[in-house]
Amino acid sequence: MVWRSIARTLRQCPLTVAPETVSDAATQDLADRLAAASQRRLGRSLAIRQVDAGSCNGCELEINMLNSIVYDLERFGLRFVASPRHADVLLVTGPITRNMQDALRRTYDATPDPKFVVAVGDCAVDGGVFKGSYAIHGGVDSTIPVDLVVRGCPPSPAQLLEGLRLLLEANA
Amino acid sequence: MIAAGILRAAPTAPCAPWSRHVLTPDAWAALVDALRNDRDVALLSMWADSQLVYCLFHDIGTGDFIPASVQVDAGAYRALSPVRPAAAWFERMIHDLFGHIAEGGTDNRPWLDHGHWDQHAPMSPRATPNLMAAEPPQFLPTEGDDLHQIAVGPVHAGIIEPGHFRFTAQGETIVRLEIRLGYVHKGTLGLMRGKSPRAAARFAARLSGDSTVAHSIAFARAAEAAAAVEAPARALVLRAVMAELERVANHLGDCGAIANDAAFAFLPARFGWHREAVLAAAFGAFGHRLMMDCVVPGGVAGDVAEAGILPVLAAIATELPGLLRVYDDYSSLVDRMVTTGTVRTELVNRFAAGGFVGRASGRDFDLRRAPGYAPYSDMAFEIPLLQAGDVDARFRIRAAEITVSIDLLRRLLAGLPDGPLTVPLPLATGEGIGWAEGFRGDIWTWLRLDGGQIASVFCRDPSWLQWPLLQAAVEGNIVADFPLCNKSFNCSYSGVDL
Repeated sequence: MVWRSIARTLRQCPLTVAPETVSDAATQDLADRLAAASQRRLGRSLAIRQVDAGSCNGCELEINMLNSIVYDLERFGLRFVASPRHADVLLVTGPITRNMQDALRRTYDATPDPKFVVAVGDCAVDGGVFKGSYAIHGGVDSTIPVDLVVRGCPPSPAQLLEGLRLLLEANA
Repeated sequence: MIAAGILRAAPTAPCAPWSRHVLTPDAWAALVDALRNDRDVALLSMWADSQLVYCLFHDIGTGDFIPASVQVDAGAYRALSPVRPAAAWFERMIHDLFGHIAEGGTDNRPWLDHGHWDQHAPMSPRATPNLMAAEPPQFLPTEGDDLHQIAVGPVHAGIIEPGHFRFTAQGETIVRLEIRLGYVHKGTLGLMRGKSPRAAARFAARLSGDSTVAHSIAFARAAEAAAAVEAPARALVLRAVMAELERVANHLGDCGAIANDAAFAFLPARFGWHREAVLAAAFGAFGHRLMMDCVVPGGVAGDVAEAGILPVLAAIATELPGLLRVYDDYSSLVDRMVTTGTVRTELVNRFAAGGFVGRASGRDFDLRRAPGYAPYSDMAFEIPLLQAGDVDARFRIRAAEITVSIDLLRRLLAGLPDGPLTVPLPLATGEGIGWAEGFRGDIWTWLRLDGGQIASVFCRDPSWLQWPLLQAAVEGNIVADFPLCNKSFNCSYSGVDL
C-alpha cells in the first residue's frame, strides 16, 4: 500500500499550477521581483488584509482561491492576515457602501505605515454598476488613497496575482 | 386550513403563474389571527412597494404557492412577525426602505438603515431627510450571572463578507448570538427600478456573487412570466447546466471550508483543487468562471463549449468517495462536527428554511421538484435528506448533492436540444414570479413590469430564512465552534442586505 502510494506520488506532477501558466511566465518574474523589491521595502513578505466594503461576494470567492493549492500565494511570500495591525497591504473590494465607509476608514487607520491599498474589482474603481445609488459612497478612493486597481468582475486569481506583482514594481 | 381559506376567499389580481390574492386590511388581520394556530401555511417571502405589502405563502397540505398582498393603510399594516417570527427581518427591511410600519411587530429596530443614508425610506416616493443617529445599534438584552459580550465585525478575520455578530457568553458557552446585517446594502432594488429586464439582470446577477446563476435564473423566469414568454428549450437546459456547475463548485468550496474550520488541512486542499477545476471548466464552457451575466431574460447570453466539463466531473466522481472516507476516518474531525450547531426539525419548518439547512434537519423541500421547473420537471433524481440537523448533517447533504449534480450534469449535457438561445422579450405590462433552487436553497423573485420597464422587484435569497436559525443553532455551543456552525450555514450577506 505504501509502495503504491509512493509510486503514484513519483508519477504525478505537483498539483499547484506551474508558475508560467498563471500569467505568461509572469509568475517566476513575480518571485524574482518579490525577492528584490519587497525585501527592500518590507522584508521578505507582504501581509495582506482583505476588506469587503460592499461587494457581492464574487471578488471574495476569487481572492479565496489564491489560498488554494492551485495558486498557493504563500510560495511568493504573500499571505493573508486576520488583523489590519499585521498588514502591509489592504485588498479592498466592492463599491464603498455608506454603511461600510466608517469601518473601512478605521481599518485603514489601524494598518501601520508603510501600507498599500489595492482596489479589487470593477465596483471598487468607482462604484461600478452600483454607482449613483443612495447607499453607495463611491469607489475605494472616495474613502482611502488607492495605490493600485485590479479590474475585473470579478478578477480571476491569475489577474489578482499579476496585480500584486505590479504593486511591488511600482513601489520598488 | 383556516388561513389558506382566508387567502383563497380573497379576490385576485393577475400574476403569473399564480394569481395574487388581494386582501383588505380586515381580511389581512383575520389572516394574521388565523396563522397563529395554523401550521399548514408557511411564509416564504415578504416584500413591499410604495402602496402594498406582499407575501408568498406555501400551503403545505395542498402544495400550493399563494401570493398575497394588503394595502398599506395610513403608512401601516398589521405585522406578521408575532405569528411568523421569520417575518421580523422582512418587516424591518420594508420599514427601512419604504417607511411602512408593521403594527404590533415583534422588532421595530432599524435593519438596513444604519443612519448613514441621506434619506429615510429611500424607496418611498415620500422619502424624508434621515435624522436617525447612526451608532451604536441596540442589541437584545440578556439576563443572567457572569455574562460577557463578544463583539465581532463588521470587518471579519477571514476573507468573507462584513456583518456584526454580538455574542453573549457565559464562560465559553454561547448564551445568545444576535446578528446585525445591512453593511453591504447597495440599494440594488432601487437601481433595478425603471430599467428593462435585460439591464436589470446585471443587478440580479450581483445580488450574491456565489449564487449569480441561480439568482439570474429566478429573475429571468420572473421577467419571462410577467411578459408571458418562455425561453427556448436549449436555453433552459444550458441554464440548468450552469446552475448545477455552480452548485458543485460551491458545495466543493463549502465542504473544504468546513473541514478547514476544524483545522483539517487535507480536505480543503483537495476540495479546493476540484473547485478550481470546476471554475476553470465553467470559464471554458461559458466564458466566465462564475458564469455571471450568462443567463439573461429570454434565454442565455451565449452557447456552450462543453468539452471541458465531463473530464472535470469524472475526476470529482472518482475522488469524492475517498475524501468522504477520510472525513469518516478521522475521529478528531468528526468529533467537531457531530452534535455541533444542531437545528431542530420543528424550527426549520417554522422558518421554512430551505437548502442544505432545511434538508439536513428533515425539511424535504427543493424547488427543482416542487413546484418544479424545466428541465428538472422531466428528470428523476434523488434529493438527499437527513434528520440530525448538525454541522455533520449539513456537510453530508452537500457531499451527497455533489454526486447528484454530477449525474444531472452528465444527463443534461447528453440531451442538449438544438435550437435558438434566446427569445425577445416584448415591452409588456404584467406581474410574475420566478424561482430557482440555488446551492443555498430556494430563491424567489417577484417583479412587476410596466411598459417593459421594471416598476417593482424583490429577490428573496434563501439566507433570509437561514440566518435567524444560525442564531438558534449556536445556542449552548462553545464560542470556538461558531466558525464551524457559521461555515456549515454559509449564509449570504449581500443577498440579504440587497
